[in-house]
Amino acid sequence: MTAGPALDPMLPRPYRIRRVHRETHDTFTFELAPAARGEGCSFAPGQFNMLYVFGMGEVPVSISGDTASSPSLHHTTRAVGTVTRAMQALKRGDTLGVRGPFGSSWPVDEAAGRDVIIIAGGIGLAPLRPALYHLLAQRKKYRRISLLYGARTPQDILYRHELEQWRGQFDLDVHVTVDRGSSEWNGNVGVVTKLIQRAPFDRSSAVALICGPEVMMRFTVMELQKHGLPLERTYLSLERNMKCAVGFCGHCQYGPLFICKDGPVFRGDRVAGLLGRAEI
Amino acid sequence: MIQTLEKIIAEHPFFHDLPPHNLQLIAGCAKNVRFEAGQVVFHEGDEADQFYFIREGLVAVELMIPQRGFTTVQTVGEGEMLGWSWLLPPYRWHFGARALQPVRALVFDGKCLRTKCEEDHDLGYEILKRFTHIISERLDATRLQLLDLYGAHA
Amino acid sequence: MDLQVKDTVTFEREHFDQLLHALAGRGYQIIGPKVREGAIVYDHLGSATDLPVGWTDEQDGGKYRLKRRADEALFGYVVGPHSWKRYLHPPVQRLWQAQREKSGFRIVPETHLPPKYAFLGVRSCELHAIAIQDKVFLGGQYTDPIYNSRREDLFLVAVNCSQAGGTCFCVSMNTGPQAVAGFDLALTEVLQNARHYFVVEVGTQRGAALLSEVPHQRAAASETQAAARISAEASASMGRKMDTVDIRELLYRNSENSRWDQVASRCLTCANCTMVCPTCFCTTVEEVTDLTGEHAERWRKWDSCFTMDFSYLHGGSVRSTPKSRYRQWLTHKLAAWMDQFGSSGCVGCGRCITWCPVGIDITEEVRAIRESESAGAAAGTGEGKNDTNT
Repeated sequence: MTAGPALDPMLPRPYRIRRVHRETHDTFTFELAPAARGEGCSFAPGQFNMLYVFGMGEVPVSISGDTASSPSLHHTTRAVGTVTRAMQALKRGDTLGVRGPFGSSWPVDEAAGRDVIIIAGGIGLAPLRPALYHLLAQRKKYRRISLLYGARTPQDILYRHELEQWRGQFDLDVHVTVDRGSSEWNGNVGVVTKLIQRAPFDRSSAVALICGPEVMMRFTVMELQKHGLPLERTYLSLERNMKCAVGFCGHCQYGPLFICKDGPVFRGDRVAGLLGRAEI
Repeated sequence: MIQTLEKIIAEHPFFHDLPPHNLQLIAGCAKNVRFEAGQVVFHEGDEADQFYFIREGLVAVELMIPQRGFTTVQTVGEGEMLGWSWLLPPYRWHFGARALQPVRALVFDGKCLRTKCEEDHDLGYEILKRFTHIISERLDATRLQLLDLYGAHA
Repeated sequence: MDLQVKDTVTFEREHFDQLLHALAGRGYQIIGPKVREGAIVYDHLGSATDLPVGWTDEQDGGKYRLKRRADEALFGYVVGPHSWKRYLHPPVQRLWQAQREKSGFRIVPETHLPPKYAFLGVRSCELHAIAIQDKVFLGGQYTDPIYNSRREDLFLVAVNCSQAGGTCFCVSMNTGPQAVAGFDLALTEVLQNARHYFVVEVGTQRGAALLSEVPHQRAAASETQAAARISAEASASMGRKMDTVDIRELLYRNSENSRWDQVASRCLTCANCTMVCPTCFCTTVEEVTDLTGEHAERWRKWDSCFTMDFSYLHGGSVRSTPKSRYRQWLTHKLAAWMDQFGSSGCVGCGRCITWCPVGIDITEEVRAIRESESAGAAAGTGEGKNDTNT
């Protein structure tokens, strides 16, 4: 995979919104295409872009689509602040600025030949989806693949249609749970860590990919350790506010780590000492 | 191949390291049971004289809320234990339970086991140790659920 | 004579303006120390008389005063509230503009054409600070084009300090007082009896070329000795010391030390320290639009980790207490910086001590943490005291 001509990481490139999918009441997925031909860029699963809304600002958003669909980009965003709320109001045909891709990626190559357990909490499923696509596209390279996904309520489940399709596959284990059920929900109710016991994996070689709120990741790591999976084979995707995404503005520092360039994907042993600490 | 109850019980981590005579006694209090999807396992407020080990299927632990109807607070699935109200007075269920899918389970005679525990404190301690562990895990899980971590302002 | 790198020559005070003239002749804008508003700051220089001639500074924790000297030294002071980063890493800088078009918008990049700078009067600690920022902005996967455009052609005339400032501790940080590398020319000012001259060490070929335009002569042994003595005196007169033994591990393992609460009770989170620190580099961005909404600009500005919203996740600040922010700054400066950039982030210039309104002294903070370990109070956890009342 080669990138296009040398792209300045400091300058946003205009991308047009080709499609908008409202996933839930506050979460939406954009399909973006470069406004200028030849300005697309390939990416690795787990990386993110800085998305710019004209006159409002930029936010880091993980790429949530298939690497194979490059130069098209998919981004799943939740409207929680000024910029993301402005983004939510954009429509098909509108333009966004894109800088990136930035950051480290999921170890999809290193996981070859192993069981892979993917654990997602809330919108954490978005940065993990490209990894799942990659694993499924080269299914034979991997052993058992499990997807464990915890959402807030049944109405907050992302990629519902795809999840149902994945659940139907024989070579993929999918378990979904919600923190709070509803009268129509007959599935699991409870935290996603409880699903870990349902995903059998070879503790001597399996790899876990985890993304979600920090507390959820912390407890998930602990639960995995109880099941014999060491930190060296556990990967997390962390987040912090970012201004530059290239390691210059200093905002995303987490201990000595820059989330934008040392992460956002980290191997468990690198961040274990920082995870539970207050105000780091 | 039909496994004896004792064997099934012994395989489960919950019953690990139980002295054999305790295992036999507990197996003696156990029976296979089935529930259809939608069937009530127990009602909130009923006398709690049993507990269950879910072998297959999914059970919803639920509460009746007037405006909302029956609301599932947690689900208990394959390989999990259901019910500890039989251990503590007044021995009544605090929540209801309903099978969401067809359920195969082992049901244990809690009333009988209670009496045995009073007589044999060693047995009582073994049982309590194990149930305390379950209660602790459920509490952790509940706390995490309460945090609403996936909420907009987690 | 034909000057070479490492040559040492001298020139007289009366020829100092020739140096400035030669720099201006090569198109350099000369930036150097000047007295302004009661402090010595870095500003544009025209001639030698623009320098703080006959001035010195008295510095201590939370204190800075200028005083007149008995002589007419050009460089008889140390460092003030400015550092060279304001010219290499400007406090306010436009990054690009965006113009709305019928179909979306267009980005207009900024062409960075800064003036050619010559810094006159760079102290050894500052040379180290520049090298540290070089590492930050030029030494990683990405390079900052703004910093690069200003750094590329930079001409550096260093000055060896003749006295230690009240808050200086470059000796313990191994960053001075004598400049050893990273300069085009390094001057030591000597005022001996009636004679006022400069001993110059040539650092680069272009330094040599420039100096050849200034009337000079080879330095005599007595002259180089005079310069050496001056540096030695400056070395010996350091008022402060930072114990850097194991400092990285010390700070990493003391993140819960009660000393942080103590310093937090004094710290105003005013961010002065980060503004004056020559290595602090954090910035933020600001989106600016015009009234029509057709035109937007992105500006970069200096920022400080002491601000409440410096580090946040949606839902709130990650470092909401002043204690956590002070701890972040100091731990980053003295420990995490090593993991990130391979050296300490501190050059011992003492500015943070001088310009802290409450006089917090980082050498003292480190000492207190170190001492608390030997006193066995490192844990700082909620250990209850024995209650003798029953």
